[in-house]
Amino acid sequence: MRRLLAIGVLVTTLAGCGTAGGTTASPAPTADGAPTGTVTVFAAASLTDVFTDLGAVLEDQQPGLRVQFSFAGSSALAAQLAQGAPADVFASADQAQMAVVTGAELADGEPAVFARNELEIAVPAGNPGGVTGLANFADPDLTLAVCAPTVPCGAAAGAVFAAAGITARPDTEEEDVRAALTKVQLGEVDAALVYATDVRAAGDAVEGIPFPESARQLNEYPICALAAAPDPAGAQAFVDLVRSAVGQRALADAGFRSP
Amino acid sequence: MRRPGDGGVPAPLLVPAVLAVAFLVLPLVGLVVRAPWSDLGSRLVEPAVGQALRLSLVAATLATLLSLLLGVPLAWVLARSRVRGRSVLRALVTVPLVLPPVVGGVALFLVLGRQGIVGSWLYETTGYALPFTTAAVVVAETFVAMPFLVISVEGALRAADARFEDAAATLGADRWTTFRRVTLPLVAPGIAAGAVLSWARALGEFGATITFAGNFPGTTQTMPLAVYLALQSDPEAAIVLSLVLLAVSLATLLLLRDRWLGRAGTT
Repeated sequence: MRRLLAIGVLVTTLAGCGTAGGTTASPAPTADGAPTGTVTVFAAASLTDVFTDLGAVLEDQQPGLRVQFSFAGSSALAAQLAQGAPADVFASADQAQMAVVTGAELADGEPAVFARNELEIAVPAGNPGGVTGLANFADPDLTLAVCAPTVPCGAAAGAVFAAAGITARPDTEEEDVRAALTKVQLGEVDAALVYATDVRAAGDAVEGIPFPESARQLNEYPICALAAAPDPAGAQAFVDLVRSAVGQRALADAGFRSP
Repeated sequence: MRRPGDGGVPAPLLVPAVLAVAFLVLPLVGLVVRAPWSDLGSRLVEPAVGQALRLSLVAATLATLLSLLLGVPLAWVLARSRVRGRSVLRALVTVPLVLPPVVGGVALFLVLGRQGIVGSWLYETTGYALPFTTAAVVVAETFVAMPFLVISVEGALRAADARFEDAAATLGADRWTTFRRVTLPLVAPGIAAGAVLSWARALGEFGATITFAGNFPGTTQTMPLAVYLALQSDPEAAIVLSLVLLAVSLATLLLLRDRWLGRAGTT
């Protein structure tokens, strides 16, 4: 099974992940060669809003193509892919979880970084806990949420705390960044460490507090078509869109930094 | 009353029954086969495993006790009293059975959270916030598990012969005495079965717990939460954790079954 997979990777890597083209293997190409069918994208929870929009853009551009998403913590998605979940594209919130997928020889070619993101402190509107900076995360009297260490935002949080010499005292380690954000939106925690883009996506219920240490820990978001993609042409079309000027503008509007 | 054919299982029943057994047991076999037996010992002694297991057992047991304390009286009200709107009441209290547990967790926030209907008052007057504490784990598990107990006990009450209670009343016992001395012993096997069901449901509870109580090792990270997170980084560790949970719950259930249900004559 593993050997078969390896051969498959060898064959498909010739097409390459970052490059355009390679629309030959579409399961049901139309007369003009445009991909049709359904593209399944596994994407980090922090990409929920911007990728949903880009999916609609692609469906507009290529009638007949459907784009569906599974948004979750990158580590949960990587684990699902390792277990054989059928998907066409994987977009991770850090290199470590993409490495899980490339390490299992599931990626079609080299992943390409399409965005970067930094952490920000999210507090409920009005900042009831009086949070001012990263040092507040050492306060045992505050109710604090971070991501679990296995999830990219949790790994980044750990790195930021270590760099700042802070012993964090969180009350909960959430399974993905949006779960942490939800606790802020509900007003049930005084602060959570999430991505700057999540704070922006949350609207008025959440206030963001930038902190200087975040610039030292920028997450790189890699994307890749998958070797076993049921719809390779559609996969490539989505990857190309994300890396195109349109995709990059949408990401910038959502607060992501360019790669 | 042996009838011809007793002892043999008719083929139309046998085939689906065998399929059912295979369906239910094979996934467990998969876990056992895939378990990293070579370094099982070293993985089992990791403090995180004991911590999560202890928390799971304590929380599930407390949730079961809470369910008994509140659920048995409720079952009696549903089965024996003449309160109006009992059928509506019955439907309402079994809602947690069909509610996705994650939604249950959010609903608990809306009532018992810092911003919740009851929770905000508690937080403002005492400064106590329930979410993200071990108590929140017990509350979340009780919310999901208690309906199982209520349904079991109500079923037992309905099946029990009410004439024993009538006789007790005729002999001068008040309703509370009748409940304690006649009804309770009569439905004890049903209560035991319901308690076991609740305990098992509480032990495996995931959605309401991770939503309402959060996830922190030592305070709120029960075995199912630990398994879920381990799956993302170390699937073998997740299998070990699952096996531990399985072994402990199977042992407990078998032991209890022999003790309570066996003695009461239920099979």
